[in-house]
Amino acid sequence: MADSAAHFDIDMSQGTLKLVPSGDWRARFLGDLDDDLRDFADDSVGRDLVIDMSGVVRLDTVGAMMLQRTMHCCADRGAASQFTGANEVHEALLAQVEGHLQPCHVEPTLGNPFLAVVNRLGKGVADAYYAALEVMSFIGRTLSTAGRVALQPQKMRWTSTVYHMEEAGLNAMPIIGLMSFLIGAVVAYMGAKILSMFNADIFTVELVGISVLREFGVLLSAILIAGRSGSAFTAQIGSMKIREEIDAMKVLGLDPIEVLVLPRVIALVIMLPILALVAAVLGVVGGGLVAATAMDISPALFVARFQETIIINHFWAGLIKAPFFAFVIAIIGCFQGMEVEGSAESLGQRTTLSVVQSLFLVIVIDAFFAMFYLEIDF
Amino acid sequence: MDQVKEHEHVIEVEELKTQFGDFVVHENLDINVRKGEILGVVGGSGTGKSVLMRAIIGLKRPSAGTVRIFGEDYYQANDKAREAIEQRWGVLFQGGALFSSLTVAQNVMAPIREHLKLPEELAKDIAALKISMSGLPEEAGAKYPSELSGGMKKRAGLARALALDPEVVFLDEPTAGLDPIGAARFDELIVNLKESLGLTVFMVTHDLDTLHATCDRVAVLAEKRVIACGPLEEVRKTDHAWIQEYFSGPRGRAALAVKAS
Repeated sequence: MADSAAHFDIDMSQGTLKLVPSGDWRARFLGDLDDDLRDFADDSVGRDLVIDMSGVVRLDTVGAMMLQRTMHCCADRGAASQFTGANEVHEALLAQVEGHLQPCHVEPTLGNPFLAVVNRLGKGVADAYYAALEVMSFIGRTLSTAGRVALQPQKMRWTSTVYHMEEAGLNAMPIIGLMSFLIGAVVAYMGAKILSMFNADIFTVELVGISVLREFGVLLSAILIAGRSGSAFTAQIGSMKIREEIDAMKVLGLDPIEVLVLPRVIALVIMLPILALVAAVLGVVGGGLVAATAMDISPALFVARFQETIIINHFWAGLIKAPFFAFVIAIIGCFQGMEVEGSAESLGQRTTLSVVQSLFLVIVIDAFFAMFYLEIDF
Repeated sequence: MDQVKEHEHVIEVEELKTQFGDFVVHENLDINVRKGEILGVVGGSGTGKSVLMRAIIGLKRPSAGTVRIFGEDYYQANDKAREAIEQRWGVLFQGGALFSSLTVAQNVMAPIREHLKLPEELAKDIAALKISMSGLPEEAGAKYPSELSGGMKKRAGLARALALDPEVVFLDEPTAGLDPIGAARFDELIVNLKESLGLTVFMVTHDLDTLHATCDRVAVLAEKRVIACGPLEEVRKTDHAWIQEYFSGPRGRAALAVKAS
């Protein structure tokens, strides 16, 4: 190699301090030299320094910066301090970096960590409070818009509503049906395993029927729709918000609630009960299949027992919950979409929040329904 | 030996063809970039200026033709050769394309940390140097991209593009979206850096003032290829409807008048 590795010598022979760098002074070769050069500069503060550049084969901004830094550290650039022997290119580089030696901040300054924690806690509580108020106000606006549209039915966006019914409802049917079928089968297996210990195999029918009709069918549908459509609503409306489409609507006199939110809410409120119905049917079929294959309960016996023991109330108890779940999922999805601000990062955060919040609320509402049903003996 | 690889042309594109599905963007396109020049690429909307840049920097694989950078065919090169090439160029994307989870200084340090084994302190010094050279105030280093204005984002993007001391810098519409004062300063900055660092610059632009202020040569894209390439004065004289309209329209004349005065 003609370009020898970067290094430097210190020459004191002519009375003045002389630094003689040589070799290839480019960033990738300078990592090991940095500390030595800093030590040299610390030792030589305030002295006149000459840097003889004639031995430097190649130089980049990093090499130039390190040499200039040393120069400035040692001397206030008195008459005797100078670069010598630099060629034109190196001269230009040295001149270019000279004005840019100030260090800069790399990370934002963080204050007292204890205060930061307290601050975050307080902010979190306040944010939750305001978010709850805002959701309430959003629900109010949606309901009042719905009322207004009910009085002027020509304002209703049917095309959009039907589109969302297809997208969020119909297209979700296969996956919801499959999931429910499998859950029905799993519940039946549990029944087969445990109930048979008491010689009560036949109660598997009640187990599957009641659990799927009252809870699993509707709850699974709601959970899947929250993940599938709630997040999609947030992403759709949020990206419109980022592209200022929502602002454009407002300026053009279109009400975003009427155009975007209402069709989605109505579509889900119509479709989720239908999905829950499909889920309930397929869940029971799944349970029946396991009962027929893993136990000695023939389909005919299963159906007969089902008709005999499962009253219609179980079915209604499940189905009544569906529109409430749908309303909450659609509202949260749209609300979080409207809250998106500026960046794609915010869109991601809001989409996550939308799913988490709607799942949480679905479970909370389900618990309230369970208590309510218990009290009224439904 | 580094000297062996010194080509007159830093970038050579031959018979390039790019397409999206059936839609052909470029066909039989040739363009060369000489060492140490600023080449401005202009063309109407949809003529594929940015696509050409993306084809050269390896983001859009051409369906035919060769792209040679530093004498090496980028799309035929092995991983190691590619990585070597990638360390010798810097790219400024239109919106800056800064990593939003990192501060400006961390953005600049990202390629340094990845490719060079340097002490942390030196890496910070380098970041400070590049940030300052790009014309940003020192307190900008600790800011996140979301806290910066459009012009500052471009400067921060430039600082990151310059992090590894590249030989070639690609600029995608560097002055788009800047106010005229900011744009003029950015032009100055590019010329200044090109001269002091010996950079070669490949610049996609719409801005006539930038063309006049900075470019050594101009390439005009139309009809899926480069219809004219040369110093601005020569290109202006080309007898082509789009070129005449571009340079002799009201904006073209205004930019020329500014330069003459």
